[in-house]
Amino acid sequence: MNWRAVQAIYAFEMARTGRTLLQSIISPVISTSLYFVVFGAAIGARITEIDGVSYGAFIVPGLIMMMLLTQSTANASFGIYFPKFVGTIYEILSAPISYIEIVLGYVGAAATKSIILGLIILATAGFFVPLHVEHPVWMLAFLVLTAVTFSLFGFIIGIWADGFEKLQVIPLLVITPLTFLGGSFYSISVLPPVWQTVSLFNPLVYLISGFRWSFYGISDVGVGISLGATLLFLALCLAIVWWIFRTGYRLKA
Amino acid sequence: MPSIISVSNLSKTYASGFQALKPINLEIRQGEIFALLGPNGAGKTTLISIICGIVSPSTGAVTVDGRDIVRDYRAARSMIGLVPQELHTDSFESVWATVSFSRGLWGRPASPGHIGKVLKALSLWDKKDNKIMTLSGGMKRRVMIAKALAHEPQILFLDEPTAGVDVELRKDMWGVVRSLRKSGVTIILTTHYIEEAEEMADRIGIINKGELILVEDKAELMRKLGKKQLTLHLAAKLETVPPNLAAHRLTLAGGGSELIYTYDTRGERTGITALLSDLNKAGVRFRDLHTTQSSLEDIFVDLVRRGP
Ligand SMILES: Nc1ncnc2c1ncn2[C@@H]1O[C@H](COP(=O)(O)OP(=O)(O)OP(=O)(O)O)[C@@H](O)[C@H]1O
Ligand SMILES: [Mg+2]
Repeated sequence: MNWRAVQAIYAFEMARTGRTLLQSIISPVISTSLYFVVFGAAIGARITEIDGVSYGAFIVPGLIMMMLLTQSTANASFGIYFPKFVGTIYEILSAPISYIEIVLGYVGAAATKSIILGLIILATAGFFVPLHVEHPVWMLAFLVLTAVTFSLFGFIIGIWADGFEKLQVIPLLVITPLTFLGGSFYSISVLPPVWQTVSLFNPLVYLISGFRWSFYGISDVGVGISLGATLLFLALCLAIVWWIFRTGYRLKA
Repeated sequence: MPSIISVSNLSKTYASGFQALKPINLEIRQGEIFALLGPNGAGKTTLISIICGIVSPSTGAVTVDGRDIVRDYRAARSMIGLVPQELHTDSFESVWATVSFSRGLWGRPASPGHIGKVLKALSLWDKKDNKIMTLSGGMKRRVMIAKALAHEPQILFLDEPTAGVDVELRKDMWGVVRSLRKSGVTIILTTHYIEEAEEMADRIGIINKGELILVEDKAELMRKLGKKQLTLHLAAKLETVPPNLAAHRLTLAGGGSELIYTYDTRGERTGITALLSDLNKAGVRFRDLHTTQSSLEDIFVDLVRRGP
């Protein structure tokens, strides 16, 4: 293993985050706070409790999950797309590094950033609602797994994208709607039965449900199924990344 | 001298179906400066990109110090530094950071001493903390050279290193290249400036339409293919070349005051003696004479035009 190369890429990516601190940390925190104000205060005044949890507290895991998914995808896709776009990828391709090392560097940095962001949002939430985490270890496990999985997913999008529109289209048209429909702000059980069934085809339902379970011990689907679905998606992303590097897809002429 | 890069039957057909390289065989010798010449689109960058791992070959193989560039890519690539033709640089990073990054990518432990030395040699030292985007084009090109040298490569590829670089800087770069060669680094460069190859290279390869049409020692090449011209400055102007001198294929120049005779240095005999005696017989007298040798540029243009 060329650990120094992994470290170089990782540090490079983290430095990029440092330079764009406002955009990468502060803006997600502000938008989360707005969600609390709008959903927590306005709607929470009418829906007081879901499954015995106050509405404001109920949406915390969903909100963190939403930020985690969008930020991981956006960060990782941009991280690998940008060198492709400006041409500096030549150096990565000509360096004595393996694909695993490239992925560890880029995806590792994107995931780290999302995890930090998730924890910051969690702390921010603490200002608005009393927090309670029933299974902290599982909470962290879901946090890390999701960050890694969606950073890999973002990496794939960054390689696939050959323009800035493609880079944005997936987070905007797929991830955000699916998180909204995935029970970030409500419990699936409040939906009519047909829509409950439809929701089960939304993979994000499993992530959000599992994550919420680690906070309050309540969930829409069994936690084992949530974990299984997360791992399945992780495996799928790994397989695609493996295939990309095998074939040099969109990387090598 | 042992060869350090060995290219055998390497060809490349791009996804578009365009064959950029026809099967190429080439040995680069350890410690030499090898200049690859060829017109635009000849396949120079393609060849370099394959050796460096940026483009996948279609057929054939390349070994670097005996290591296959595909199977044993790690060992092969560790030895190589690449300065690509296009200016691809980061923007927001400092010069120091980007050069250190390159060293890290190659798995070498941090060495501020080495990086400082490289930056000084390329006159970048006082720019080391500047963001790259604030540098001029010529400086960015030097940053790319610094990045390629950051990991102390044994082989350096320079794809048109002096394109868009002013004369003084070009001389500086030649100095850097020479001192690298002195320290044992093998250098492969492409250039459109023939005088650069003439000045720097030990050997020259000429590539045209994806075919390597010639690989030769520079000195040998110039000797073998070099044509010489003998110019006779006449005492009295001539209207036409006298008929009994027709066999020498002379041309009249300088408004009739000069006769030019072209001969091949490769030939057994140059024909000069016969020419002089015929001139004497025809009663053509001359005041002065001089000879010129064709430059590499003439040789190059000649070869490329003639085709393989
Ligand atoms: N990715 C690609 N896809 C298809 N064709 C390509 C690709 N890259 C290069 N080519 C073609 O291959 C040929 C060789 O290109 P290459 O860049 O190797 O030439 P070159 O000798 O470096 O030229 P120059 O002196 O202009 O740099 C050209 O005709 C070019 O159009
Ligand atoms: Mg080129």
